[in-house]
Amino acid sequence: MKRSEIQGLGLAAVLLAAAALLPFLTEGFYLTLALNLAIYVALCTAWTLFSGPTHLVSLATAAFFGVGTYAVAIGIDFLPFPLLILCGGLAGALFATVIGAATLRLSGVYFVIFTLGLAELTRQIIAYLQTKVFGSMGLFVMTDHTEGDLFLYLVGLIGLIFATGWLIGRSRLGFALRVIGNDELVARHFGIKVARTKIILFAVSGAFIGMAGAILAPRYAYIEPQAAFNPTMSFMVVIMALLGGTRRLWGPLVGVVPFTLLSDFVSANFPDHINIVIGLAFLGIVYLLPDGVTGALEKLMQRRGGSTPTGDVR
Amino acid sequence: MEILVTGLLLGGTYALIALGLTLQYGVARMMNLSTGETLVAGCFAAWLLFTVAGINPIFGLLVVAPLGFVLNGMIYLGLLRPLVNRAKNAGMLEVDSILATFGLLFLFEGVMQLAFGGSFFNYQFLAVPFQLLGSSYAMNRIVAFAAAAVIAGLLCLFLYRTRFGTAVRAVAVDPQAARLVGINVNLVAAFAFALGGAITACGGALLSTFYTFTATMGAVFTMKALIIVIMGGVGDVRGAVVAALILGIMETLVASLIDPGLTLAATYGLFIAVLLFRPQGIFGGKAG
Repeated sequence: MKRSEIQGLGLAAVLLAAAALLPFLTEGFYLTLALNLAIYVALCTAWTLFSGPTHLVSLATAAFFGVGTYAVAIGIDFLPFPLLILCGGLAGALFATVIGAATLRLSGVYFVIFTLGLAELTRQIIAYLQTKVFGSMGLFVMTDHTEGDLFLYLVGLIGLIFATGWLIGRSRLGFALRVIGNDELVARHFGIKVARTKIILFAVSGAFIGMAGAILAPRYAYIEPQAAFNPTMSFMVVIMALLGGTRRLWGPLVGVVPFTLLSDFVSANFPDHINIVIGLAFLGIVYLLPDGVTGALEKLMQRRGGSTPTGDVR
Repeated sequence: MEILVTGLLLGGTYALIALGLTLQYGVARMMNLSTGETLVAGCFAAWLLFTVAGINPIFGLLVVAPLGFVLNGMIYLGLLRPLVNRAKNAGMLEVDSILATFGLLFLFEGVMQLAFGGSFFNYQFLAVPFQLLGSSYAMNRIVAFAAAAVIAGLLCLFLYRTRFGTAVRAVAVDPQAARLVGINVNLVAAFAFALGGAITACGGALLSTFYTFTATMGAVFTMKALIIVIMGGVGDVRGAVVAALILGIMETLVASLIDPGLTLAATYGLFIAVLLFRPQGIFGGKAG
């Protein structure tokens, strides 16, 4: 390991530990805000694991999230909560594997289009099953977990995602992925199994998103398809991750904080304008910040680590 | 039988929407995800013309089509051409155009939501029964289908019988080779994008005569258009028409026999089947 890597790991550990202290220091508004930020940090980082190196824009986030939420809703009466989080992850991974196997062998556009409607499709199917087969619309998740507990779970998950991302970056899998991202043809000639590599990574990303959904299930208390499969979430994740930049594992962090604050503010004060904000954000990213904030800063400074977003993890 | 005919009539309008997109994606190489918003704009334009000015939606097409043409041409030249120029490779252009048109999708949806609100719109145009093969159908659906067929026919005439139309098809097959034989590829691409927008807007105007529409339904129609285009084979006019009719019938079948809430699931089922078994489109040819 290089020295800078050890420093980076130490910094990440300190930040995570500091974040874990938060529920003991504050509650109410700031904790809720921190929880919202933590959700998107987890989702965006998990998203970047796959979409960063492959440049494939996945809009399946909401679908995996909802699947994780439902895993908890179905199992809450039988299994302890931590085990259910694993189930949520498993469900997300399984779902991602199926989707990946069907679409990742083909050109990138098909994948984007397919994931675009995936959340809506899953919502329709679950809504149909619930009303027609099981006869009730929603499911209750009653636990005594407070927002603080959920926040701690999320901090743990974020740590896990970063650790996984870091390990993948050092492994053969990560190397293969970078080659694929740069030139798929070259990767194929090297003997890299392109489709399989992508599917594995998509499953890893889906697992983490499913786990995030599972952790959040007690917060909703009443799980129904409309809330669990919210397509806007997929777009928010894409915007935040790209805004921050996907070249580095921590890049999305830089996008999450400002955009969560902005979208909270807009949806609280101008609920009719949220779509316009999302649209402008997309256009702004494409035309002004194609490499995200971190990419732009890096270009500006040409010096690695100069823009480490300390303090953004909370 | 009734289901088949209703589905076929619906498919006629879908075909126009998909033809618009297949021109934009197949010729201009722009995956325009905001195509659904062009459609919704077409709906609202026809609705405004009918309710405010009392103009028959069929004649309204004469207004809607040029508007769609100019607007989409402006989008292409103003927003998308710079992306083409800066892209280092096809992959980058693909990602950029997807993100940019997502932006447009949300932006237009937001603007139309502000302008018209989130409620449902429809208006009464030719809502009289029409006897066909022993059962009755709404006259407006028949008229919309006929108008769609005429527009699609005109498009085919243009593409297959005129010199400029041949140039458009040449660019769809191979932009580089087209440039070698002296075709102005930039001009053709911009023209095809604008024309595609005009056709989509016409599809919207026709759809509004029999369909209840809202400012927020654009994304769903983008999905449908994309699926039809992929099913038919990118840039393949014939395939798009057949695929649109299949989709229309399929949706109507599922909605009337199983559950109206599952139409998207039906669309997706079809999509998955196509991706798994015929990713190059119904009529094959080149891989997308």
